[in-house]
Amino acid sequence: MNGPMKIRLDRTLCDGFGMCAKHAPGYFSNDDWGYASLRSDGTVPEGDHDAVMRALLDCPVHAIIEYGEHGPLGARSPAINAEDSSEQNLGAGDSQAIEGCGR
Amino acid sequence: MNSAITPADAPVVAAWPGTTPRLLRLTPGVEDYAEYAGGGGYQALDEPDRLLDEVERSGLLGRGGAAFPLAVKLRTVRDGGRAGAHPVVLANGEEGEPASVKDKWLLRNRPHLVLDGVRLAARVVGAQRAVVYVSDPLAAQALDAALAAADLDLSIGVVTVEAGYVAGEETAAVRAVNGGPPKPTDKPPRPFQQGVDGQPTLVSNVETLANLPFILRHGGEEYRAVGTDASPGTFLATVTGAGRPAALYELPHGVPVTDLLALHGVSPEQVQGVLMGGYFAGLVNRAVLDATLDHETMRGLGSGLGCGAVAILTEDCPVAVAAAVMAYFDRENASQCGSCFNGTAAMSAVTSALRDGVATEEDLARLERWSVVLRGRGACATLDAATNIASSLLKQYPELVASHLAGACDSCRTSAFSTLRPYEVEAAS
Repeated sequence: MNGPMKIRLDRTLCDGFGMCAKHAPGYFSNDDWGYASLRSDGTVPEGDHDAVMRALLDCPVHAIIEYGEHGPLGARSPAINAEDSSEQNLGAGDSQAIEGCGR
Repeated sequence: MNSAITPADAPVVAAWPGTTPRLLRLTPGVEDYAEYAGGGGYQALDEPDRLLDEVERSGLLGRGGAAFPLAVKLRTVRDGGRAGAHPVVLANGEEGEPASVKDKWLLRNRPHLVLDGVRLAARVVGAQRAVVYVSDPLAAQALDAALAAADLDLSIGVVTVEAGYVAGEETAAVRAVNGGPPKPTDKPPRPFQQGVDGQPTLVSNVETLANLPFILRHGGEEYRAVGTDASPGTFLATVTGAGRPAALYELPHGVPVTDLLALHGVSPEQVQGVLMGGYFAGLVNRAVLDATLDHETMRGLGSGLGCGAVAILTEDCPVAVAAAVMAYFDRENASQCGSCFNGTAAMSAVTSALRDGVATEEDLARLERWSVVLRGRGACATLDAATNIASSLLKQYPELVASHLAGACDSCRTSAFSTLRPYEVEAAS
């Protein structure tokens, strides 16, 4: 596999088995009840592929999904990236700016 | 349709003194096709790209709660269509916020204004198909009648779902239109990437779209003639609480909160604070009395305008209000993301214990930590809304929180504010 890998985590599927945070703690964090979230935007450099693939393959509910550079989500416009970055700000723990209700 | 469908217990409806309303219509009853078209509606659109430029100039921000620039969404979906896809417009009128009534009012009373906005958005993005997504049966009835009366060169369907807080979220809308349950999906993809039938989809709130006919007729500069630089134009505000009848006002962005209180007949001395943006943007203490109603000022207070719903707290204890809203989130979340159904239950337990005077220092420490670490851990913004309630209660009312640790306040002890849907506006007839 060449270049960065892209993954996403579907939190509506996660059942809190916790394998992902065990195999790739740099990419997945668990909450107090064991449910996972991605720590980053899902870009995985080549050096971390093995650990993240192990997390992906070991997830009993297939909540971790790899998507390709040339897939429908690969070609992202600057506008889309701009919105994504505003959401990352929203997700920051110390952010007091309340936006992104998404309705 | 000739008969008015405004229920007897509908909120007071009024424009801001000295301004001409753009969205509200003060004549009672449903605006029919002849009235709307006769007043300048459904004007021809010869150059969609030029309208997009005017929308960009107007600075129109989304009215569903996120305040995202409409022009950016329009351009992104249009470009998706030009790259070979078949864009769709999804007008979101499923007003999941119990304390907000503006979308239901617009759909029931001015369906043609909304449909005109849908038509214009569809032309801009190159969509041949549009959907209006609602939960209010009377809104659906008004839309069906308006669609029968109007002659639009666009396929517009009406999709009706059961009302719910999470049903109004944009991915829940897409999922429901695609035949699934009205519950959010995780992102990516976002609807402008893959939405209805997998196509790039413009999901936009109906109030947002209802501003497009004004921009077509008057241009982006005129749109900015009221409001502030960063929050241009007017917005619909649902105002509840303070022991007053609920009201729906059309306000220019930037009006002082104290002026709104005067219009609503509430003395500032009575005010303990507000619950902002429906249940989304948390509590603000009396500092709100020095604020103006625009996105930038509300952000500066650590809150937000959200969908424009403002609940004024006078007699109601903010601790009990927070507990009631948190209990609502515990009941009404989508039951999908573990962090959300566990987190809202846990935060609800602590806020209820605080209201009842039985919380401990350890409980409060956990609440404070959850209000930070749970942010962003759900597929939709429901968990963020719950963390906003928790963190704002702790930061805006520290003395009140401390006194409740020592025992419930008089109000909470004798007759605590407790309701399933705090500050709900009764829109149904």
